[in-house]
Amino acid sequence: MSRDIAVIAVAQSDILRSTAEQSEVEMLMPVLHDVLDRTGLKTADIGFTCSGSCDYLAGRAFSFTLALDGVGAWPPISESHVEMDGAWALYEAWTKLLSGDADTALVYAYGKSSPGSVRDVLTRQLDPYYVAPLWPDSVALAALQAQALIDAGDTDEPALAEIAARSRATDNPRAQLRGSVPQGAYAVRPLRTGDCPPIGDGAAAVILAAGERARELCPRPAWIRGIDHRIEAHGLGVRDLTDSPSTRLAAEKAGAFERPVDTAELHAPFTSQEVVLRKALGLDDSVRVNPSGGALAANPMMAAGLIRIGEAASRIHRGESDRALAHATSGPCLQQNLVAVLEGDPR
Amino acid sequence: MPEVLKAPLVVEFPFTRSLGPVQSAFLTGLRDRVVLGVRTGDDRILVPPVEYDPVTAEELRDLVEVAPTGTVTTWAWNHEPRRGQPLDTPFAWVLVRLDGADTALLHALDAPDPDSVHTGMRVRVRWAEDRVGAITDIACFEPYDGEAARPSGHSGEFEDPVTGIVAAARLDYTYSPGRAQTAYINALADHRAVGERCPSCRKVYVPPRGACPTCGVATSEQVEVGPGGTVTTFCIVNIKAKNLDIEVPYVYAHIALDGADLALHGRIGGIPYDQVRMGLRVEPVWTEGGRYPDHYRPTGEPDADYETFKELL
Repeated sequence: MSRDIAVIAVAQSDILRSTAEQSEVEMLMPVLHDVLDRTGLKTADIGFTCSGSCDYLAGRAFSFTLALDGVGAWPPISESHVEMDGAWALYEAWTKLLSGDADTALVYAYGKSSPGSVRDVLTRQLDPYYVAPLWPDSVALAALQAQALIDAGDTDEPALAEIAARSRATDNPRAQLRGSVPQGAYAVRPLRTGDCPPIGDGAAAVILAAGERARELCPRPAWIRGIDHRIEAHGLGVRDLTDSPSTRLAAEKAGAFERPVDTAELHAPFTSQEVVLRKALGLDDSVRVNPSGGALAANPMMAAGLIRIGEAASRIHRGESDRALAHATSGPCLQQNLVAVLEGDPR
Repeated sequence: MPEVLKAPLVVEFPFTRSLGPVQSAFLTGLRDRVVLGVRTGDDRILVPPVEYDPVTAEELRDLVEVAPTGTVTTWAWNHEPRRGQPLDTPFAWVLVRLDGADTALLHALDAPDPDSVHTGMRVRVRWAEDRVGAITDIACFEPYDGEAARPSGHSGEFEDPVTGIVAAARLDYTYSPGRAQTAYINALADHRAVGERCPSCRKVYVPPRGACPTCGVATSEQVEVGPGGTVTTFCIVNIKAKNLDIEVPYVYAHIALDGADLALHGRIGGIPYDQVRMGLRVEPVWTEGGRYPDHYRPTGEPDADYETFKELL
């Protein structure tokens, strides 16, 4: 790897249950302005722009093209989009910077889940021949995974409740759920409402810069030491749902196991998935997991993974972490997983 | 600010999907009450079967019949069934490893309550009465105490195989266009066209989307434009759209309303289609009770000079 690339600025919106008064671009624009203001860069200074979003959430075709108005796409800019979480957009931007084609990149992601029913919407990403016709919703599939973990002796319902409580005991002002939240009734047993993420709308943006440019623009850049992402078979019955070999492999390829990390921001929308990820990543109690509250405190679809990278980077910017792991997921039961390793300069 | 507009939006589509040889055999088998798996190179039987080995990506074609009885490998109790799910009474989602298979199939288990379900319990297929060659030909699973059923030794060859499925999908939304477009749509209902001016470059966007695509900043200053405008470019439509009561050929045009820096589009009427031209001056025509212009018609003014609209093409 010939170039060092860092996350140099991070911004996000409040995550809200509904943002009906704002179009997607109206929701996104303050976040874009915020992240640019933090560096003093103008949109015209950005070498590459990449976004993550999903049309199925709001039921609007090609919605990302309208959101482009928020970055000033005329005159033409170098731009790309992934129909995925913005963490994958960041991966694309990182490779673009590695190639030397650009020195700075703006990555943003947004999702408005409020117009539709996200549990039903997510069934449309399942195998259309054998699974989607049964309409198994995202909570149901996570619940199957949770029961497998309980049967394997990896966790139990009280332990899951502790994960929920710890996640929401965050002081993150952007979080949708904070403080004491009842575990509630079963959503799909064994998962209770408290084990499930809140449904919310929100947006996030980060700026990447290469080498000296990063040092000029940020007092303590969060250097990306590695990123990798891996996928597992789409057949749920083919996988061992109590493990996440794709996360472990991505972490290994990203260099996560070369030295211990002090912080881990894990994209685990369900409490039971944190159990899987901790096991896959070999995280013990010495690691601060999800000080931001993670996806249990706020899970804006398509932005929650990018926010994990942003939160990890922010802690490095503030000097609260020296080496952090950030994880993003997509698909049912942690099907796809991305791991990034971020470091600050030695102090 | 007036209340933001909202309306129900239903996105519904019947995807027609073709099946490959393995999926065709599996779904045809379900139609005929036969469950087929596929054998991998390392002699595992995958049910439901796939065309490529999930580990090696090797092509798989060796179909093997398995039993319609099996064992629950994990489950989840669904006390509030949702639209489209296999049962409309409370049921358990289950992954079932059928006897003879090495992987598990996702489906529903009809059981009276969560206390009657556990991992390791024995179940069997309950077939749907009307079977068409789809995963829903398995109505669900049901608890089963008996012996493992014995496969008939089916070869996977069928006289009349199913070659495709229709995967119906429906999602319901409450659509809201946001602040800027709400203001535009509300003004249209009053027979006015309202755009928004960019505070930076001063361009007026109609319809407004709340942002200037050049400057990337929010627009908020409302500007009334029109009603007259100029045809900047156009096309002649010769194909009649389904459910659209407009005779072909007709003209669809970009129209720069007076005072706007962006052309919107609309149909041109009141003039033979082959006499529409760039520079034609037009005005909106509203039908009784219409919330937006039905079409635009010539005003009778002299054509606009090309220089006045060339930036808006």
